[in-house]
Amino acid sequence: MHIFNNPNYDFLRWRWHAMIVSWVLILAGLFAIYTKGIPKGVEFAGGTVVILKFDQAASIEQVRSALDKSFQGGGENLQVQAYDDPSLHEVMVRVPQVGAESGGALSSTRKTIEDALQKANIGHFTVAGTEIVGPAVGQELRTKGLWATVLSLIGILAYLAFRFQFSFGVGAVVATIHDLLITLAFLAFFRYDMSLNVIAAILTMTGYSTNDTIVIYDRIRENLRSMRRDSLNHVINVSVNQTLGRTVITSGTALLTALALFFFGGEVLHGFAFTMIVGIITGTYSSVFIAAAIVSFWRGSGPTRAAAHAPAVSTPSAPPQPTRRAKPTRKARAS
Amino acid sequence: MGNNTRWKVITIVAVLVIFGAVGVYPLVAAHFGINSPSWLMDKQLKLGLDLKGGVHLVLRVQTDDALRLETEQTMERLRAELQAKNLPVTNISSPTVSQFRVDGVPPAQDAAFRQIAAEVDANFTRGTGVNGSYLFTMKPNIQQNLRDEAVVQARQTIERRVNELGVTEPSISQQGQSGDQILVQLPGVTDVERAKSIIQSTGLLELKIVEQGPSPTKEALMQNGVVPQGMEIVPGVSGAPGDTGTVYYLVRKAAAVTGRDVRNARPTVDENNLPAVGFTLSSEGGAKFGKVSGENIGRSLAIILDGRVQSAPRLESRITTDGRITGSFTPEEVQNLSLILRSGALPATLTYLEEKTIGPSLGADSIRSGVLASVVGLLLVAVFMLGYYRLSGINAVVALVFNLVILLGMMAYIGAVMTLPGIAGFVLTMGIGVDSNVLIFERIKEELEAQRGVRASINTGFGRVFWTLVDTHIAALISAAFLFQFGTGPIRGFAVTLFFGLASNLFTSIFVSKTLFELVLGHRRQVAALSI
Repeated sequence: MHIFNNPNYDFLRWRWHAMIVSWVLILAGLFAIYTKGIPKGVEFAGGTVVILKFDQAASIEQVRSALDKSFQGGGENLQVQAYDDPSLHEVMVRVPQVGAESGGALSSTRKTIEDALQKANIGHFTVAGTEIVGPAVGQELRTKGLWATVLSLIGILAYLAFRFQFSFGVGAVVATIHDLLITLAFLAFFRYDMSLNVIAAILTMTGYSTNDTIVIYDRIRENLRSMRRDSLNHVINVSVNQTLGRTVITSGTALLTALALFFFGGEVLHGFAFTMIVGIITGTYSSVFIAAAIVSFWRGSGPTRAAAHAPAVSTPSAPPQPTRRAKPTRKARAS
Repeated sequence: MGNNTRWKVITIVAVLVIFGAVGVYPLVAAHFGINSPSWLMDKQLKLGLDLKGGVHLVLRVQTDDALRLETEQTMERLRAELQAKNLPVTNISSPTVSQFRVDGVPPAQDAAFRQIAAEVDANFTRGTGVNGSYLFTMKPNIQQNLRDEAVVQARQTIERRVNELGVTEPSISQQGQSGDQILVQLPGVTDVERAKSIIQSTGLLELKIVEQGPSPTKEALMQNGVVPQGMEIVPGVSGAPGDTGTVYYLVRKAAAVTGRDVRNARPTVDENNLPAVGFTLSSEGGAKFGKVSGENIGRSLAIILDGRVQSAPRLESRITTDGRITGSFTPEEVQNLSLILRSGALPATLTYLEEKTIGPSLGADSIRSGVLASVVGLLLVAVFMLGYYRLSGINAVVALVFNLVILLGMMAYIGAVMTLPGIAGFVLTMGIGVDSNVLIFERIKEELEAQRGVRASINTGFGRVFWTLVDTHIAALISAAFLFQFGTGPIRGFAVTLFFGLASNLFTSIFVSKTLFELVLGHRRQVAALSI
């Protein structure tokens, strides 16, 4: 069975369109982030989250009106929403940092919430979970997340420069940064909270995006050796087409698991799964349209003769089979 | 079956059995209540706090306290020495936690001052002494040592207290960029307020002789508006029944006995059958206490806890090793206080930065949805692989199952903790892991279309893809390593899952999958077609 029958699309011809689409999305995303920001989860913003489990279903309005009286400014900064599966009767209340969440006063907001709801008499409830974060923690997490991303990008750049060539490393890193920006844009569009889990998803996504890119690069490297007379752009196109079936299938299976997490993984994993879904789609797209195009930009699109001498890596074909010397050189099939 | 293939199969079966025994069997046995030897069950995959429920606290150790103590002690020693040697100065003060200054050293006695200072200020750098003013600043390496020590001591004290609380499998670790944070995880604990107050109480017990008081105001205890030399004023309760107002005691600054001398503490009752804490001193502490109490029969002894007088009973006789703290305590307070005294005082105050509680129901919900999502995700992938690659899809699914078993086994073996993001990472690892199979199969298809034989196509397919897989896996490992390095708690668990997932994926997709093909093709010389 084949998804594509001998595909022969001219991906590089579309690179300009692709870049315009990407830039529009990224700029729109940056605009959204600049104007509205990405909402921060309690781990980053600080504050108090209380998850209440009612014996009987309680309406969000009831809970909200009960709390409004107990918080300054009528509780306009309160966030009250249903949590997880409706059959569980769970309500999440989030209060932004009031400045007291440190030392002995750390849990004062939680007490205010509990007392207010008990007084309001809207049904028996238990506190299923709480999360209270003081101001100091968020800052440190932010710094750490940023460092983890930057350093892993540098690590990947170095590895690809070593295994392939510098231009390939640049292509992969640009594609990954592209994916990061697109993902952040979608987080801003869809108002998902930036949480630790989302950071984990973003970092996983960077790994995944590079993975896709490397598979295509690997084929370009292989073809550069057998198609010395062809232009680099032609080689790139052939390589992307040859790996297209694999690219789509792999994204498909990864997407299936991410979708399963999104629909069945419960409230806690929602942001994580959403980030992964966006990341998988944009990662695939950028591998095909962005990463290879960057190599072409960087190196110019002339004949590959000069380039073919350069590939830094000894041999891509496998050591487990010592038969490789006997093998005839592969012919390009895309012509 | 060739000799070569036989060994491969034996290897694979051995790996499967070992990892299955460590990773899968204990879970199954626990679920169905099968009796199994404990050496097998001990390694069972542990659930993280977010799945099991419990309390998660992050505290900061105020390491400045440790510096302030050192600065003040040195300053007081210098003051005492100067007094003893009759060297008058106008002022001695401590502007910051790591500095103190001496003003008004008479120019004629400058050399004498330097000599005295040199005896006590080894941990400080002394300023130049312009106009008779000296600034003493603690040396940076001493500051760092004191801070590190304070955190380690605080951690150890918290460990002792948590153990006294009887929490199973608590986890207490240092974290944070400056290393002054302590992460405390208490699985199964629901009473967060009790846990917090027990951990946070400084627990500094001091027994001091009362010179004067109790008195309703501080001023009444002062002489000419100042506190007499070598004395201090401590607030507390009068101890009279029904009286809850604050009163003040003038006590000697030097403590007769401190919490360090306490060997044991336990709940008991006083002569009125009210809850009290009984304590036993070490023999050294007992000797000290015996001397002081013998000399002061008839006077009152202030029992000061964390800077507050709890009670001030009259010393009726000489007391050595056994004593009792009375006051207006509830039975629960007495329990907690005994526990705190047994575990020793904290070297510095603690502040809470973060608090998270996960109720048992929330944890159970997370497990349920995590498992459901995993099963659905894996089934979808398996169905797709079977539909798309036909019989070769079976190969991929077998590799997937192997991957699952090996990963579970590895996680259990290293004692990794399964968190909800960990489960998500698990499923994603599987979903992304079939990529290796897809890559190989697609390559085999290409080779088959180029009219190569089945066997040659399979060999070439695996061969060509090998380095691609190495490259993709190493790049992913780089990300996972940084994730681990910079992550905390659940994120680390996630990185660990990714890391081992990548390793086992490399094994199953290349070694297991290839061997399966070899098994199926067997000895047949001519293989006409491959279902792929």
